[in-house]
Amino acid sequence: MRQSFYLAYKYITFHKTRSMVLIFSIGIIIYLPNGLKKLINESETQMVKRAKSTPLIIGAKGSSTDLVINALYFQQEKTESITMKILYKVNAAGFGYAIPILSMFTARDFPIIGTDPDYFNFRELSIGAGRWMSFVGECVIGRSVADKLDIGVGDSLVSSPKNFFDLAGVYPLKMNVVGVLDPSDSPDDQAIFVDIKTNWVIMGMGHGHEDLTNNYDPTIVLERDSNEVKVGAKLYLYNSINEKNIDSFHFHGDMDNYPLSSLIFVPKDHKSETIFRGRFETGEFSQQVIVPVEVVNKLLQSIFRIKQIFNTVFVLVGVATLLILVLIMALTVRLRKNEIYTMFTIGSSRLKVIEIISFELILLVGGSMIFAGILYSITGFFVKDFIHNFII
Amino acid sequence: MIALTNILFQYQNSDFRLKLNELSIKSGTKTAVIGPSGFGKTTLLNLISGIYLPQHGSIVVQNKTVNELSDSERRTFRLINFGFVFQDFKLLDYLTVMDNILLPCRINGVLQLSAKMKQNARKISSLLQIEDKLRKYPEKLSQGERQRVAICRALLNDPPIILADEPTGNLDPENKNRIMRILFDYVNEKKSTLITVTHDHELLKGFDRIIDFKDIYQVS
Repeated sequence: MRQSFYLAYKYITFHKTRSMVLIFSIGIIIYLPNGLKKLINESETQMVKRAKSTPLIIGAKGSSTDLVINALYFQQEKTESITMKILYKVNAAGFGYAIPILSMFTARDFPIIGTDPDYFNFRELSIGAGRWMSFVGECVIGRSVADKLDIGVGDSLVSSPKNFFDLAGVYPLKMNVVGVLDPSDSPDDQAIFVDIKTNWVIMGMGHGHEDLTNNYDPTIVLERDSNEVKVGAKLYLYNSINEKNIDSFHFHGDMDNYPLSSLIFVPKDHKSETIFRGRFETGEFSQQVIVPVEVVNKLLQSIFRIKQIFNTVFVLVGVATLLILVLIMALTVRLRKNEIYTMFTIGSSRLKVIEIISFELILLVGGSMIFAGILYSITGFFVKDFIHNFII
Repeated sequence: MIALTNILFQYQNSDFRLKLNELSIKSGTKTAVIGPSGFGKTTLLNLISGIYLPQHGSIVVQNKTVNELSDSERRTFRLINFGFVFQDFKLLDYLTVMDNILLPCRINGVLQLSAKMKQNARKISSLLQIEDKLRKYPEKLSQGERQRVAICRALLNDPPIILADEPTGNLDPENKNRIMRILFDYVNEKKSTLITVTHDHELLKGFDRIIDFKDIYQVS
């Protein structure tokens, strides 16, 4: 047996290229269904875990999937916004408390999430370095953001404008990084958290500029009366918030009407949840209330259907590969007729030749399984990308 | 002594028939078998070594009737008693020279791959002046060197009978003489039997006996 294994090993290692091609091809065929299964299962686990830990989401009527994806996974799907008024109304109802979420902007491709301190308690997030944000213009970043952008406490991030031609609207805001979160293995690792007011500043609803009380430059102050001052485009707006200019920042209009993407609602208990959801049925609230896990399960069902199609394809590809492997082995035996004849002539048995070829197959399949195993073990690292690119 | 009596052999699905009334070859002699192509010279070697079984007749080698042995017994008998040298060397391209020489030990458990056997392989390779090629693969060797490797493999376990099928067919004149000298030296020293099939009449000098196939058997 040992000698047969040795001869098989020598054959496989001598024909390196052929063996590697076979090992890679068979390895990929073994890996694909299992890897996909792992990706889907882990994605499901991660997605469901996040959804299960979020009791209810309140948002504008429309696609419940988009709303859940925006509120839980921070994918900035185009969703209608709600207003701060809803937050106050929901909290006033007394069935629990609501956490505001405003997810509309990005900085260097990472979502900027405007929220309040309750969010961090609710998600049980902890600070790994620095401190929580206390002022407008400060941000706390997830661990992956820090790692990928190679930034930390004391650095700054500039928000990306949604539209470069929107001169009157969104300006880039330089935000100071004051804290880095501990890793949480969730979408929070990939987010930049700011106070909700900071987000409104990015939207252009709040801003800071030089004091106009005593400014009479006609190129800046166009019109002035006792109630308001009309200014021109020459007025310099601050693009960062610091100790010197923070007092100049202010918001215009009724803040009750300021936008939010959604609310995470945490009911006091099951009874409160049931009654609260009933209020949406009766029309007391014109928004929609969603149980995230229901939406995520529905979303995953479609993924499972696709997985079943893939599995069928993989079985067919697997059978085809097996047939090709049999064909290759048959052709190899034919090509090695002389070698086999030499072995017979010298004193080998048919069984010995079968043993050698079987060991070659075992080595090839074994190598393929190791290759598939390596691919399988690194699959876990791509779950987040898989969720982002293929599920949400 | 090798004795073939009343042999009839026919390949399946072929018109070729080899009939041989009587042929005996004394132990320790050097015999050359000549004759036109297609007369069954190689078939004769395969019959003697028990690779082919005749439909009729008996083949006695070393006092054993080869065609009465079982498959397994014939394999073992062949491995112990015969050394084969082929025209096209029949080396395995994926094995080093050393592994090619030791191949008989790797394909049949009867010959143990012992330290003594490896030492013997080195000794023979040294005699045949290929001791510096043991780690090389056959593709890196010249034709003459390849044939010497094949001879090393054939002589590994000191077989009493050497069957050589056109051993110099692919070699230049210098290597032809060298290979034949090696084989002759070996059989003279070990008192082995050498049966060589050849087309090359220049090589016949030095053989004890020359069998012209067309004189001794009938083919139809």
